[in-house]
Amino acid sequence: MNRYEIWIAFMTIVIREVRRFLRIWPQTIIPPVVTMALFFLIFGNVIGSRIGFMQGLPYSQFVAPGLIMLSVITNSYGNVVSSFYGSKFQRNIEELMVSPTPNIIILSGYIVGGMARGLLVGLIVSLVSLFFTEFSVFSPVIAFAIILLTSMMFSVAGFLNAIYADSFDDISVIPNFVLTPLVYLGGVFYSTSLLSEFWANVSLINPILYMVNTFRFGFSGVTDIDIFWAFTMVTLFTLVLFLISLKLLRDSPRLRT
Amino acid sequence: MREEKDLALVLHELSKLYENGFQALSGINLKVESGDFFALLGPNGAGKSTTIGIICSLIRKTGGVVKIFGHDTDINFSSAKKLIGIVPQEFNFNQFEKPIDILVTQAGYYGISRSVALERAQKYLTLLGLWDKRAVSSRALSGGMKRRLMIARALIHNPKLLILDEPTAGVDIELRRSMWEFLQDINEAGTTIILTTHYLEEAENLCRNVAIINHGRIVQNTSVKSLVRQLQVQTFSVDLKDKLLQVPLVGDYQIRKVDDHVIEVDVLRNQTINPLITGLSDQSIEVVSMSHKTNRLEELFLKIIETNESK
Ligand SMILES: Nc1ncnc2c1ncn2[C@@H]1O[C@H](COP(=O)(O)OP(=O)(O)O)[C@@H](O)[C@H]1O
Ligand SMILES: [Mg+2]
Repeated sequence: MNRYEIWIAFMTIVIREVRRFLRIWPQTIIPPVVTMALFFLIFGNVIGSRIGFMQGLPYSQFVAPGLIMLSVITNSYGNVVSSFYGSKFQRNIEELMVSPTPNIIILSGYIVGGMARGLLVGLIVSLVSLFFTEFSVFSPVIAFAIILLTSMMFSVAGFLNAIYADSFDDISVIPNFVLTPLVYLGGVFYSTSLLSEFWANVSLINPILYMVNTFRFGFSGVTDIDIFWAFTMVTLFTLVLFLISLKLLRDSPRLRT
Repeated sequence: MREEKDLALVLHELSKLYENGFQALSGINLKVESGDFFALLGPNGAGKSTTIGIICSLIRKTGGVVKIFGHDTDINFSSAKKLIGIVPQEFNFNQFEKPIDILVTQAGYYGISRSVALERAQKYLTLLGLWDKRAVSSRALSGGMKRRLMIARALIHNPKLLILDEPTAGVDIELRRSMWEFLQDINEAGTTIILTTHYLEEAENLCRNVAIINHGRIVQNTSVKSLVRQLQVQTFSVDLKDKLLQVPLVGDYQIRKVDDHVIEVDVLRNQTINPLITGLSDQSIEVVSMSHKTNRLEELFLKIIETNESK
């Protein structure tokens, strides 16, 4: 395939992915927005007003970035895992596998599709949050860069999950039992400085902590952790997951017996 | 010897060992010429779908070489894949999408722009009688329509080699005929076609050349004409009362001596056997009994396979 053909193939996958989640918007767009609005209402306003300040921020401002991040992570991941597993299940993944589209384009197309949903939901949730709190933006570049990278990383992770999944149960195990706990314990609702030294150190092995803190830093300029280290880590994770996915796409007996 | 690029397909020592230890293919060698209409014929479980799966890279081979118009699928996979259109045995499209979207998306995977894809989609959906159904959910199509949708999808990038895995299984007679006509037109327009089937009739009606596969091996590779010639002959084994001195000449029957008391007679389908009996009587050759060896297509099919198994 020449470059133009590759571009068409890539855009075909991206557009198909975007159309898929837009077509089923009551399942893909509305639920996260409703959940996040409830979170803002409860933690931001009802309980938040009693908590007062955290890291020098009003509590509602403190939780907002974490909640946005939470929706970006779960939606990027969820989009790719359900779309790719769905096409494995209906076998229409074979349409791509018989085509000359290179594996790296297939993978990238799914990732961009996942990012599109993650970022769209993230944007809507951000707008919703404006009803409940106000926030200034300290560094839009850092905020956007980390959200983009995070969304990319969890899209790839969703792809990996989908390759290994053999049933619809398998695509909800990781989100429910790994992702959600990591996000909740990743400093969305509290600053790790509130934890005892031991638990604060344990928290440091949670990669999501770095993403949430970096994103919050983009708004408030306040952080518990090293921003540079956060970027390095997310980039490395994404790269490793990407390479593993590429290899599985080529060799996995789960895709080609 | 033809140039390799004139050969639509070359399989060289193709083998497949499934992960569960089952040897599905053991050294398949096959050549299909450009422009041919070729049948890969074999009973269920023979290895037809495995072979097709390997050719279009849905199944990984464990040995051997596949070349499409001279392009090795291991080395030049992009060029090779562009030349193949595949209609699989099982439905493998997204049932929630509309036929038109399925076709345009598939074209996109081959780098074909939307405007060109729309034109071609209209052409093939019309030819296959699906244009009216272009915007319904494909889940709502009948089995025969789904099959035709997959044919349209396989043609959307104008492949030079169209491969169909049991395209008419479960399709009613009338539809089968119209599908045959469609495939013949496509073939006459220059597309090489390979189809797998377990109906001899299908191979007989459509194809020029045929390979018979059983237990992962090619057991016969010949022209359909010569296969059919074998089929159109009924062979009778005739036991004689007296010792035979010489092979008798009767009409234009083909007669062979098996031993002193037994001859075998080939009778064409359009011949009767009365003249054979009277002819033998005229020569004072008395017939004790007569038994029918093979006639029906399926029987011969089984015979070919059995002789190969006993080898
Ligand atoms: N994924 C698989 N794992 C193990 N054995 C398989 C697999 N797929 C097919 N087979 C076996 O390989 C043989 C050939 O199958 P197949 O190529 O589908 O035959 P056909 O298409 O001629 O009916 C069969 O015995 C089948 O059971
Ligand atoms: Mg089969």
